Amino acid sequence: MSDAVNVDVKLGVNKFFVDEGNPHIELVENPDPKEFAKLEAACPAGLYKKDESGNIHFDYAGCLECGTCRILCGNTILRKWEYPNGTFGVEYRYG
Amino acid sequence: MSEDKFDAIVVGAGLAGCTAAYLLAQAGLETLVIERGNFPGAKNMTGGRLYAHSLEKIFPNFAEEAPVERCIVHEKISFIDETRSTTLDYASPEAGDPANRSYSVMRSSFDQWLAEKAEDAGASIVPGIRVDDLIVRDGKVCGVIAAGEEMEADVVILADGVNSILGEKLGLVPKVSPHHCAVGVKEIIQLSEQQINDRFGCSGNGGAAWLFAGMPSAGYMGGGFLYTNKESVSLGLVFGLHNVAEVRKSVPQMLEDFKNHPTVKPLIEGGSSVEYSGHVVPEGGLAMLPKMVADGVLIAGDAAGLCLNVGYTVRGMDLAIASGEAAANAVIAAKEKGDFSEGSLSSYKSALENSFVMKDMELYRNLPGFLDNTRMYNEYPEMVTGIMNDLFTINGASAPLRKKVMPHLKKVGFMNLIKDGFKGVKSI
Ligand SMILES: Cc1cc2nc3c(=O)[nH]c(=O)nc-3n(C[C@H](O)[C@H](O)[C@H](O)COP(=O)(O)OP(=O)(O)OC[C@H]3O[C@@H](n4cnc5c(N)ncnc54)[C@H](O)[C@@H]3O)c2cc1C
Ligand code: SF4
Repeated sequence: MSDAVNVDVKLGVNKFFVDEGNPHIELVENPDPKEFAKLEAACPAGLYKKDESGNIHFDYAGCLECGTCRILCGNTILRKWEYPNGTFGVEYRYG
Repeated sequence: MSEDKFDAIVVGAGLAGCTAAYLLAQAGLETLVIERGNFPGAKNMTGGRLYAHSLEKIFPNFAEEAPVERCIVHEKISFIDETRSTTLDYASPEAGDPANRSYSVMRSSFDQWLAEKAEDAGASIVPGIRVDDLIVRDGKVCGVIAAGEEMEADVVILADGVNSILGEKLGLVPKVSPHHCAVGVKEIIQLSEQQINDRFGCSGNGGAAWLFAGMPSAGYMGGGFLYTNKESVSLGLVFGLHNVAEVRKSVPQMLEDFKNHPTVKPLIEGGSSVEYSGHVVPEGGLAMLPKMVADGVLIAGDAAGLCLNVGYTVRGMDLAIASGEAAANAVIAAKEKGDFSEGSLSSYKSALENSFVMKDMELYRNLPGFLDNTRMYNEYPEMVTGIMNDLFTINGASAPLRKKVMPHLKKVGFMNLIKDGFKGVKSI
């Protein structure tokens, strides 16, 4: 039951067109840990991560554009949230 | 400039946008649809069940040509705790009237089909472009700005989905609050047609819909779902976002644990996951409806919060289609009058109010509140599975049935049972 999920493997089967060097979501400098924890739990793509030493990481590649982080923390710890530029981002083959 | 001007510009080639565009083009209006994905449907996902009635009205017998997966004839609802489950099972033959049917669908192909219909009717669909802003003059929306270019139109229909950034910019759509939405995640798991037929008791074009209450959403508002497609199942769950600070498990972990539940695991055994998707679901019901009309602009589908969590399923696609239709009709009437003011376009609102869309939104207005009760996802699934366990476990002399059931009811509390039963009946 309690197999730890590996989200990266799941994302690996998806088709993405990453807009290199042009992030569509950006975090503020020192995000409030409580707010960050919400995104660690809620982001379906598991893109908000904390490592063993407690450092936080976020990578916009792999974003499913679901909108969750914008709704939860759009006015607290996200400096920018947009949809990727046209043609970029996730492309569902099934949906 | 004026020769470049469109009668209508639709933002978003989802179900709401494509339906509106089809009807506008068919009525002879010059219609442009702008979609940020590489093709209509490229960005869209859903749980998977389309109630046919609203599209059937526009395209009678559409399922004969549209890329639907299976016609749903098996309904199952399970209450599940960490390891056990109790399932209600309902089966019926395919409904005689196509408007009473529902189908499993996948948006990537389904939206493309609907967009082709709109194109065949004369609409221009431009994919791969994100609309960045709207042109507003003297308080009236006059067109859109996309990829650094301005495009003018008498009217703009925003069908840009649940995070309607453009609707927010106009001040019509309030920012979606965590209390009014859930996040959904889903995997497409490939299996053979034969495996699906065997595992779900289906044959031919028949399919199953299966809802799971309790453990999938970690004991909070939400639930798991499974829809059979032709050669895959759509397995996923939704989780109400307002509980996110409470929960100890991440949403992707919830899905993983759900996949490993003893009831679910054998259903997907040997299948390979070919896609993982996520999307927000508007679930606020009436409480989150925006201002849907202003001078030169209308808002349809998820962007307008037109989506319902009715407990056993999420319903947004039939509402998106019906609201796209109502928006198109309002624009066609406005074009005849040559008046695209808020007052003229308000026939959209009255059409919605007279249709199932607002009647259902009204009917289920108290349901989100009722469903936001952790007993539904913890005590009740445990109560039902516990009763079943005691009924079906024989080891020595049997106790009277009443004695077996009572402790489980007591655990939830009689007052809670009465209260929730009463509230439940009142909210539907
Ligand atoms: C997990 C889950 C399960 C669900 N289950 C069901 C179900 O079983 N049955 C059901 O009926 N409903 C279900 N729903 C709800 C249903 O999916 C939605 O209500 C429906 O998709 C809404 O359609 P729409 O056309 O309004 O919006 P969308 O389908 O979201 O379409 C919006 C379109 O606008 C485009 N867009 C957005 N912004 C821009 C921009 N700036 N420029 C250009 N294009 C833009 C997007 O790319 C997209 O194509 C579910 C939803 C989820 C998330
Ligand atoms: S939009 Fe969704 S998938 Fe993308 S980072 Fe935010 S929560 Fe994660």
